[in-house]
Amino acid sequence: MIDMRRTFRFGLLAGGAMAFLGGIGMIESFNERTLIDPILRMGDLFLYGTLFVIAYIAARGEINILEEPDYRAAETTATGAAVGFVATMVTVVYALLITAVDVVEFFPNMDEAMVESLTFEQGAPIGLALLGLASVIVGAVGGWLVSTADGLKQSISKVVGWVLGFALLEVVVTDIVESRDVSRLIYSPNGGLRLWSVAVIAVLVVYLSRRYSGRLTSFAAEVSNADSKSRLRRGVIAFLVFAAIVLPMLLGGILNELMINVSLFVLMGLGLNIVVGLAGLLDLGYVAFFAVGAYGTAVLTSPLSPTFSPQLNWWVALPIVFVLAAIAGLLVGTPVIRMRGDYLAIVTLGFGEIVRILLLSDWLTPLFGGSQGIRRIPGVDVPFLGEVGGTRPEFFVYLTLIFVLIAGYISYRAQNSRIGRAWAAMREDEDVAEAIGISTVSAKLLAFVTGAIIASFAGALFSAKVGAVFTNSFDVLVSIIILVVVIVGGMGSISGVIVGAFVLIGVLGGPKSPGLLAEFAEFKLLFYGAILVFMMLKRPEGLLPSVRRSRELHQDEMSQDAWLEKGGDFTADDAEGATT
Amino acid sequence: MPLLEITGLKKAFGGVQALGGVDFHINENEIVSVIGPNGAGKTSFFNVISGLFAPDEGSIVFDGDSLANHAPNEITRRGIARTFQNVRLFPNLTVLENVMVGQHCRTHAGMWSTILQTAGQRAEEQLIEDKAKDVLSFFGSRLAGYRYDQPAFVLSYANRRRLEIARAMATEPKLLLLDEPTAGMNPRETAELTELIGDLRDKKGFTVVVISHEMKVVEQISDKVVVLDHGVKIAEGDYDDVSTNEDVIEAYLGRPAERDE
Ligand SMILES: Nc1ncnc2c1ncn2[C@@H]1O[C@H](COP(=O)(O)OP(=O)(O)OP(=O)(O)O)[C@@H](O)[C@H]1O
Ligand SMILES: [Mg+2]
Repeated sequence: MIDMRRTFRFGLLAGGAMAFLGGIGMIESFNERTLIDPILRMGDLFLYGTLFVIAYIAARGEINILEEPDYRAAETTATGAAVGFVATMVTVVYALLITAVDVVEFFPNMDEAMVESLTFEQGAPIGLALLGLASVIVGAVGGWLVSTADGLKQSISKVVGWVLGFALLEVVVTDIVESRDVSRLIYSPNGGLRLWSVAVIAVLVVYLSRRYSGRLTSFAAEVSNADSKSRLRRGVIAFLVFAAIVLPMLLGGILNELMINVSLFVLMGLGLNIVVGLAGLLDLGYVAFFAVGAYGTAVLTSPLSPTFSPQLNWWVALPIVFVLAAIAGLLVGTPVIRMRGDYLAIVTLGFGEIVRILLLSDWLTPLFGGSQGIRRIPGVDVPFLGEVGGTRPEFFVYLTLIFVLIAGYISYRAQNSRIGRAWAAMREDEDVAEAIGISTVSAKLLAFVTGAIIASFAGALFSAKVGAVFTNSFDVLVSIIILVVVIVGGMGSISGVIVGAFVLIGVLGGPKSPGLLAEFAEFKLLFYGAILVFMMLKRPEGLLPSVRRSRELHQDEMSQDAWLEKGGDFTADDAEGATT
Repeated sequence: MPLLEITGLKKAFGGVQALGGVDFHINENEIVSVIGPNGAGKTSFFNVISGLFAPDEGSIVFDGDSLANHAPNEITRRGIARTFQNVRLFPNLTVLENVMVGQHCRTHAGMWSTILQTAGQRAEEQLIEDKAKDVLSFFGSRLAGYRYDQPAFVLSYANRRRLEIARAMATEPKLLLLDEPTAGMNPRETAELTELIGDLRDKKGFTVVVISHEMKVVEQISDKVVVLDHGVKIAEGDYDDVSTNEDVIEAYLGRPAERDE
């Protein structure tokens, strides 16, 4: 039997979600992008994708293994369709309300245009009917999928995944293909995947996955089981290194540009990871050190630096920038030595803003150019290649990768050493760390200084790449985004930070730069927020967590005597009671 | 000259006079017990010695130097290590790491040598690990072998207490302050640890101050017993003297003494 109330609830949820997506203008704006030429636009994908997922979840709850398979299929399909129907009802009422009552003043996106975008540009009666029909069908398909055999389910999800991948990553594919003719074959002029390319992808995916899927998994298993010194393992590592070296040459300009951006955030993520992840000091003004690196490089190298303009070579400026960053680390670190937790976070947040505002102030404008910024920052002189700057991303990418390697190596060495243990101890219990002989003052300052220097790597590279610095590249949002990268990737984990930067900065885009899904730009922060909430609920230790961190978050599951934790403060009375 | 000499130590928390002018001294290679009823100021006494709280008045002279106004880490570096009444380990570090971190103040590798992985740094890392294992072997097999890599929070209560002592030993102190080391242990574990406290002096050469509520333990290990009550020292001497002292019986030993008869 279908649980009517439950289905109804899911329907309301789906309808509410669809109305919300419409209300914030997401559907309207995403619909400007065609994914599959005549039939699918990105807004529709999100609208019906949401419904699809909710219908699927609703139907999954209806599965009863004791029932006949046929009956099961009918039941889940019906549940899905019912969810779709209820969702339409909500959306229809919503659309009618918006047409009838003018709320644009309060909700600027809730106008006729939004209703149009929800209804396939058809307007009230026909469009709403279409919307209802589509919702019921999508819901039914979502429900039906629950009851299908696993093999079929897998094939379908693979095909859908690859097709959507190709459709969403049109820019990337075009960039890699580098030939207009070929990409015109795959994509139609408006950027949507052509129908016949969808068919080719589907056939290829099904054929290849039938043929190779078993072998691929067994090869992966073989590699992961292999001895770390074995030839197989070394071969795979050598291949990956080789790929990393060759890849930038194969990629087009856009992807290299993106790689540079991701690398800059990996750098900053690694630096912040030392401060927050290893030493446990929540620094919300980390962007200040990035700014010191960038402005330091700008002043030292640019001929247009307003007052002081030594026009140094980038490599000569670099050590000076490190020293400046270290001093900045000490300046921020010293006054906050005695602060903990929330207080530290608030004060560092203030510091971050102070740096930006000081750069804009009348007092420092003669030195840093105020809102004019500093332009004409030269690129980096590289032997044999000449000046490498933003115009040659395929070379600049190597430069950033080298610094990422250095920062990664520093983090790796530090975390498994005397210093790393002291940081870990301090993060766990500052008073006890102090009481067993760790100078928490120097441990904290060391963390701030190391983090600051790594951020200044990123700043120096950023200046050379962009060729100009302005204060608006250094606002609070950057600090927050770096922190989100570290949290989502996995605090205290080097590989986690790298993965976090790829997922967030690479796919969604950084605070000022587009990612692979450039269309998301307007709703980037919404996605950031959604991902952060989801991660905190489902996987608070991050995508690739550090061992210590996941221990910390799952202590209660691992502890043999969790009950003792309740009485952690074991008093003398208890002791007497236990022994006399 | 005593290893630690304390005169007129006072410490108040708001209106509570936790320590009201305590004189205390301990010679090298002695084991002194500090006893007293709940709230007598025993833990506060340790907290002030180890620098967690600054004293209001009084002097603390350790090994010939005054300890006034030193940060706790500096005091540990000079040779005073302690454990806590409510065990305070680093729960997410492994057993071995908990002890290794204790050697922080005896080792030197800085950021540069760590990044450059100098020969000295590697040798020091190895030494830290070897010493940590050596310290843990003091407790036999209880904290050895597969336990090295377990996070501290999975340990049993008794093992946590042992690990905390090991961590304190790793700082290579002259003076060990143990705050109720046998609290929460069963009689067998208590007997075993009592013996080990003796070994701390006899085999390892530490001078030890022990806070304890368990008279059997006190009787067995102490060269001298100091009794605190309401922040004031009310008696001092060997176990037999103290346990027959009228003031002490009234303040503290009243109940157990009756029960023992
Ligand atoms: N940090 C603090 N803040 C305020 N009061 C404190 C603090 N530490 C100790 N006290 C007070 O000082 C007095 C002595 O406490 P202390 O913990 O030293 O006693 P104790 O002898 O160790 O007792 P127990 O046998 O229960 O461990 C108590 O009245 C206690 O409430
Ligand atoms: Mg106490």
